[in-house]
Amino acid sequence: MLTMERWRRVIAQYRSVPGDDVAVVLSRDGSHGPVVHGLSAAAQARGIEAGARVVDVQAIHPDLHVEPADLEGDEALIQRLVHWARRWCPWTARDVDHGLLLDVTGCTHLFGGEAAMLRDIRARFALQGLTARVAMAPTPGAAQALARFGSGAQICGREDVATALAPLPVAALRLDAQTTRLLDRLGLKTIGALSDLPRAALMRRFASLKPDRNPLILLDKALGTAPDPLNAPPDHRHFMTRSRLAEPVIDPAPHLPTLVEDLCTLLARAELGARRLRLTIYRIDGDWRALGVATARASRDPTHLRRLFDGKLENIDSGFGFDLLTLEATDSEPLPLIQDHLDGKRDPSADVAGLLDRLAAKLGADKVSWPDWQESHRPERVERRVDALQGTPTAAPTLLRDRPLRLLTPPEEVRVIYAVPEGPPSQFNWRRVTYKTMRHAGPERIAPEWWRDRPGTRLRDYYKVEVEGGQRFWLYREGVIHDGRGAEPRWFLHGLFA
Amino acid sequence: MTTDSSYGQVLTLPRRKPSTPPEPGVLATHAPLTDVFPTGFAAPSATGFVLSLLPQSAGPVLWVQDFLSRRENGAPYTPSLRGFGLEQPVLLVTVSHPRDVLWTMEEGAACAGLSAVIGEVHGGPEVLDFTATKRLSLRAEASGVPLYLIRSGDPGGLSAARMRWRISALPSQAHPQDAQAPGAARWDLDLFRARGHPPGRWVASHDPEKRQSPRAADRLRLVPYADDGAVAPGDRPIPQRTGG
Repeated sequence: MLTMERWRRVIAQYRSVPGDDVAVVLSRDGSHGPVVHGLSAAAQARGIEAGARVVDVQAIHPDLHVEPADLEGDEALIQRLVHWARRWCPWTARDVDHGLLLDVTGCTHLFGGEAAMLRDIRARFALQGLTARVAMAPTPGAAQALARFGSGAQICGREDVATALAPLPVAALRLDAQTTRLLDRLGLKTIGALSDLPRAALMRRFASLKPDRNPLILLDKALGTAPDPLNAPPDHRHFMTRSRLAEPVIDPAPHLPTLVEDLCTLLARAELGARRLRLTIYRIDGDWRALGVATARASRDPTHLRRLFDGKLENIDSGFGFDLLTLEATDSEPLPLIQDHLDGKRDPSADVAGLLDRLAAKLGADKVSWPDWQESHRPERVERRVDALQGTPTAAPTLLRDRPLRLLTPPEEVRVIYAVPEGPPSQFNWRRVTYKTMRHAGPERIAPEWWRDRPGTRLRDYYKVEVEGGQRFWLYREGVIHDGRGAEPRWFLHGLFA
Repeated sequence: MTTDSSYGQVLTLPRRKPSTPPEPGVLATHAPLTDVFPTGFAAPSATGFVLSLLPQSAGPVLWVQDFLSRRENGAPYTPSLRGFGLEQPVLLVTVSHPRDVLWTMEEGAACAGLSAVIGEVHGGPEVLDFTATKRLSLRAEASGVPLYLIRSGDPGGLSAARMRWRISALPSQAHPQDAQAPGAARWDLDLFRARGHPPGRWVASHDPEKRQSPRAADRLRLVPYADDGAVAPGDRPIPQRTGG
């Protein structure tokens, strides 16, 4: 249900949504090809079931409209809804199969009673374009069973849990398919039939099953005879300081120090440090502008964080002025108070992290990088660069071959003046200067990497060449004559030795 | 030794001279700011020279390049830096304007966690004037982080650098196994301006053996430049290879 509704909302943003009479099916990858994951109402009316193979369903219904499902997007939406549902009660958790569990103990009177609360929940979900099936029961197990298999918006008191659950199928106990099939074979179709059986017989029969699959334990939890506490994930911490101004102003710089200090006080109380900060100004014309900075390691040093905004505040477009500005830590990490030195010195790695922050804030995060290495035959692929704010320095590899100190990217073509049959050219012209080869070492043949390069890439014969002035170059010839991969081989200058 | 007369406590002790003086060499101390001018196309040689000068410590090296020097002289190829004794990680910064190179070097000089800062500027831009070098020099002196400035394609104006070098490439040493192949690199080093040190000219090469010695201030082998045309017997020029 949620998958389909979310898909309709997402695609409505950029193309037309198929009508209600079109059978739409969302597919996910199964172990034997794509399987049906979500169904539209029209598809359900035709008798298509979730979990069937898409090719089989398409054979029966040739006019079926199949689209890929976005499983990660659905999961992210559910996670957001878990926190959004805290508008009704403080304890909310994720249930299996797109379910939400809300512990509303002591909260219903705030919404005008239990029935009014369920109405409110359904209405709020409907506003988001989602259909909610709701039920209220003394235990999470009973509530989800009634919501999924019940008559809709059922409210069940402590006394009549057993009677409310009795007519429901055993699958309502969140059993897995295997156990459901087993109970079905035993003739136990409903929860009532299961609970009527003597406990000792059931216990013996299902002793080997794990607690989350054991029908007896799940039944006890649903009926409230065994405890089933709700494990609610903690709220996201949000750190923001704001400053409201009596009069609109143009320049945010004078207000920044107070904001940063207040934010650092908040972070210090929670023993956290900021990794990302965002300064937002709300202009009087209703528009807003934001400015973000990032840090290499968590920090709550006001001076350091303030300096990251240096030179950036001038570029923010204040328009006719703004009267509210906020500073928030959009990303924070634990930063406990620890003493790492006894001699009162500063931690040198903290100094470097601070330097990284300032460089990345002023020059741009892509300009500051640590080198990283990977295995490759091609010299230019050995070295990669990772953003310094994300990566960490790694140990350099040990080179077994002579490699130049500097590399030209891309390699520059040299004009051969005097070619010799074997070895590098005796004279060549590079950047309008003619060089005369005195000594050379090589060739070192580097073949193309067939698993990565395009077909038809030519091999390279590398030579270390010393010219008359003493400069040492790394030349290569691309390909050999008659290799069937192009015309006459050309020469390139790739690197420079010390 | 000074003592407090009222308590008889020792307040300060006389500073002891280091028992192991640094190895004799021209470059026993690290200048706060060193200018290196490659003459001819010798920026790679200047890079090798600066790498041989770098102090050995654990902190990262900040290496900042402007766009022009990257295009003219290529980018440092980090896998080969270890061959010049650089064990510490390298933080690479590429900027488009020399003004940003100077700003980055200044920021780096203020950061005591770095072991050195290498800057590369091509073409002698106007921003790289005496005032800029003075700022860098003062910053480096305060923090103790040595700065090296490789100025390729630069005629060399006024500078506050404590040591100013000109460097050009020389034919390499004989290869131990292959007479036709270039061996270890050699450079023509010209210290044309230095504070507290007479100028001089040397034939220099990288000395990997000094890497093991903890007292060595640098990893250079310096031989005074003999401009008499005499060639050591082992370094006889190789007959030029002709076509065919």
